[in-house]
Amino acid sequence: MIHFLLLFSRQGKLRLQKWFTPLSELEKKKVIRDMTLMVLARPPRTSNFLQWRDLKIVYKRYASLYFCTGLEEKDNELLALEMIHRYVELLDKYFGNVCELDIIFNFEKAYFILDEFLMGGEILETSKFAVGGSVEEADTLQEVQEP
Amino acid sequence: MPAPIRLRELIRTIRTARTQAEEREMIQKECAAIRSSFREEDNTYRCRNVAKLLYMHMLGYPAHFGQLECLKLIASQKFTDKRIGYLGAMLLLDERQDVHLLMTNCIKNDLNHSTQYVQGLALCTLGCMGSSEMCRDLAGEVEKLLKTSNSYLRKKAALCAVHVIRKVPELMEMFLPATKNLLSEKNHGVLHTSVVLLTEMCERSPDMLAHFRKLVPQLVRILKNLIMSGYSPEHDVSGISDPFLQVRILRLLRILGKGDDDSSEAMNDILAQVATNTETSKNVGNAILYETVLTIMDIKSESGLRVLAINILGRFLLNNDKNIRYVALTSLLKTVQTDHNAVQRHRSTIVDCLKDLDVSIKRRAMELSFALVNGNNIRGMMKELLYFLDSCDPEFKADCASGVFLAAEKYAPSKRWHIDTIMRVLTTAGSYVRDDSVPNLIQLITNSVEMHAYTVQRLYKALLDDISQQPLVQVASWCIGEYGDLLISGQCEEEEPIQVTEDEVLDVLEGLLVSNLSSPVTRGYSLTAIMKLSTRFSSVNRIKKVVSIYGSSIDVELQQRAVEYNALFKKYDHMRPALLERMPIMEKTASNGPTEIVQTNGEAEPSVVEPKHPPPVGQPASQGNDLLDLLGGNDVPVIPTTMPTKPASAGGELLDLLGDLSLGLSLMAFYLFDLFKTVNFLSIGIPPMTAYNKNGLKIDFTFERANPNPNVAVITIHASNSTEADMTDFVFQAAVPKTFQLQLLSPSSNVVPALNQGTVTQVIRVLNQQKQPLRMRIKLTYIHKGSAVQDLAEVNNFPSQSWQ
Repeated sequence: MIHFLLLFSRQGKLRLQKWFTPLSELEKKKVIRDMTLMVLARPPRTSNFLQWRDLKIVYKRYASLYFCTGLEEKDNELLALEMIHRYVELLDKYFGNVCELDIIFNFEKAYFILDEFLMGGEILETSKFAVGGSVEEADTLQEVQEP
Repeated sequence: MPAPIRLRELIRTIRTARTQAEEREMIQKECAAIRSSFREEDNTYRCRNVAKLLYMHMLGYPAHFGQLECLKLIASQKFTDKRIGYLGAMLLLDERQDVHLLMTNCIKNDLNHSTQYVQGLALCTLGCMGSSEMCRDLAGEVEKLLKTSNSYLRKKAALCAVHVIRKVPELMEMFLPATKNLLSEKNHGVLHTSVVLLTEMCERSPDMLAHFRKLVPQLVRILKNLIMSGYSPEHDVSGISDPFLQVRILRLLRILGKGDDDSSEAMNDILAQVATNTETSKNVGNAILYETVLTIMDIKSESGLRVLAINILGRFLLNNDKNIRYVALTSLLKTVQTDHNAVQRHRSTIVDCLKDLDVSIKRRAMELSFALVNGNNIRGMMKELLYFLDSCDPEFKADCASGVFLAAEKYAPSKRWHIDTIMRVLTTAGSYVRDDSVPNLIQLITNSVEMHAYTVQRLYKALLDDISQQPLVQVASWCIGEYGDLLISGQCEEEEPIQVTEDEVLDVLEGLLVSNLSSPVTRGYSLTAIMKLSTRFSSVNRIKKVVSIYGSSIDVELQQRAVEYNALFKKYDHMRPALLERMPIMEKTASNGPTEIVQTNGEAEPSVVEPKHPPPVGQPASQGNDLLDLLGGNDVPVIPTTMPTKPASAGGELLDLLGDLSLGLSLMAFYLFDLFKTVNFLSIGIPPMTAYNKNGLKIDFTFERANPNPNVAVITIHASNSTEADMTDFVFQAAVPKTFQLQLLSPSSNVVPALNQGTVTQVIRVLNQQKQPLRMRIKLTYIHKGSAVQDLAEVNNFPSQSWQ
């Protein structure tokens, strides 16, 4: 099970935070601080895996954004990289050539897409089209209700 | 009131702020506006305001005043409101908040909503952060949705059920009927989440595990279809069909096949197929192979399959991709216990990984290397590991040094090699070694009699180079003190003997005393070493001068030693040679090597399991050494031992030591001698006496003569404690003059209860064949109110009846 998924910029500004375990605000802030410090300090050409407390941390950089997730002992790190990549692809499909600004200005959409892809720390849907399809239909529902 | 600004607008505005202060000001202004808008119960713009609040929350600003507003949004009929409301709930309203439970009713209603996207929102929120109470209340609804034919809802219900089970494991039974047909679904989303649900249930309950074993053939079939099926655009990742589902199925198979022959048999073929046919050029293929290997190693697979798995890991190790190498090392660490020989074949690749630039890889490689060390490869492995120790980061050095010591102790091919290895560690990573390596090394050196000259020479040379690493300096000074005569005599078989004079050696030792780099402990070592050389060197006057200078040292420890040594020179010169004699060979009682050197945060078991014995405070088996401490300071290492199992033999060991160092010990026991006065006595019994009474601890001696031997006095000590705290780990030790023999039997306990609630008794038998006046020196150690207390005392006031 994934414990959290964080997106942050190279300057350490948080762009998205998804938590799958109950933590206090203080604890969340600590995790965010630790992750940004650890991941941003990594030299290039090192592996994408770290050990932190009892979690395996898997991170990947896409342009100016770092995607950082915390896994449990029994989870597959290599698959986690694929999972991160799938989320990026989903964002890319939805926004069309997604960049950091899209996620900044449409953060709520990024969350909606994430919620159709992951739930409770596990992958919900493995089909590339189904996730995008659901989000678009929900968007339509929103527009239909609002004149 | 003008309409609140739109979300986009706010984000744009905040991003124009050039300083933190400016941003804070904007945020505060906007928050104030939002707060008044909330107060006005404005339905139209509530959604917009909460969205803005969520943005500001992401920047790190407090947003708790929006919690109730999220609830209102969730309760609204508009889908837009619900969407933002549930998002806000997930970000602001976790189970630690008071208002969390207020969501329950809304979620319940939404779970039964006519629109599947509303139901989806409710399921998602419940499944991500529902509390146990909420899960209990709503489990029934979730179970209902698990049986629906709508695959969009079914997959969400499955993961929601997983969350419910995690929060409230007792509810697991409830979902059992609904799992009946889960695997017959065609929809991959439902299949995937079903496999996750089944995995969760099997992991938590052995009964469920047994029940679901029958699904193995079906799972194997699904996996086979995935591999054999043609290209499916929606599930394809680099030519592999739905790797996420494949990995989850492999993981479930692992759990089902573990420990079960039939299931393992049934999955053998498919595992072999996946292992051989998966494309390895991309990460996704390797992810599947990784999971396959883990499964093969865990179930009861046939040996051919296991070898296949290890070979895959071996190939991983040679992969250019660092992630793959990391994962390979991690898996090999897990399998090294069970398939040691197979992993040994990849030893050279693993050792190469020590040179990798990546810190995570280096650490894994180090742990694995230590796990692979054995009697055959010790020389080669140690060379690599020592090289690694030289060049690695400080964070590794302590663990690596401990590992080297342990491996050397277990597999050293020769004593010289062992000493050389330890010397190498001390010189390269000397400041990072554990404290107990100093006494261990000293013991090792003492016991390698033929290596003394070589050892002291090498240590001396090392000291000339560098005196900053305390463990090295301590061992070196101890050795020079012991074997200084060998050093200056210029004899050495193992290597070219060096020519060094007494003055040069004393210069070095005195240099340690004055150097800022030396710790107080080190200074103690070197002063004692200088003292010991007074019987081995001829420049006694110089040594006398040094010792007397430190008699007025500010460091109390140093001062005490110097004063005692001075006394030795002045009044007890005749005792000096015996006291400062060479140390005898010390018995090795228990290996006290470091233990968790290959702990990797719970992943692998320690490769060498040596039970860790904390150096106890004064154990009977080490009594001899402690009493030697009484003689001359703490330069004698306390050999850590096992917990006292036979204190009855303590007397025996004491006797042995009395035999070896009889003169010194006995004379020291006398050194505050008073003339013994004879006392008239009544022939009825021997009166008891108080031997010691200090700091609340009182020790009384009671006497009786043993039958049939009238020369044996049986003394029972009674220790009582008048303070308000217990004295724990209480140990009583005694030494008597040479003409006596003493036997100490087991104590009744080692806790002296507070406030005189009880006493600890112990029997001492003293054989006094020569009818000499009885004297005794006692040492008491105990823990009182959290701190260790140690005290020495003379007992001279024995009633004459006890020894006549």
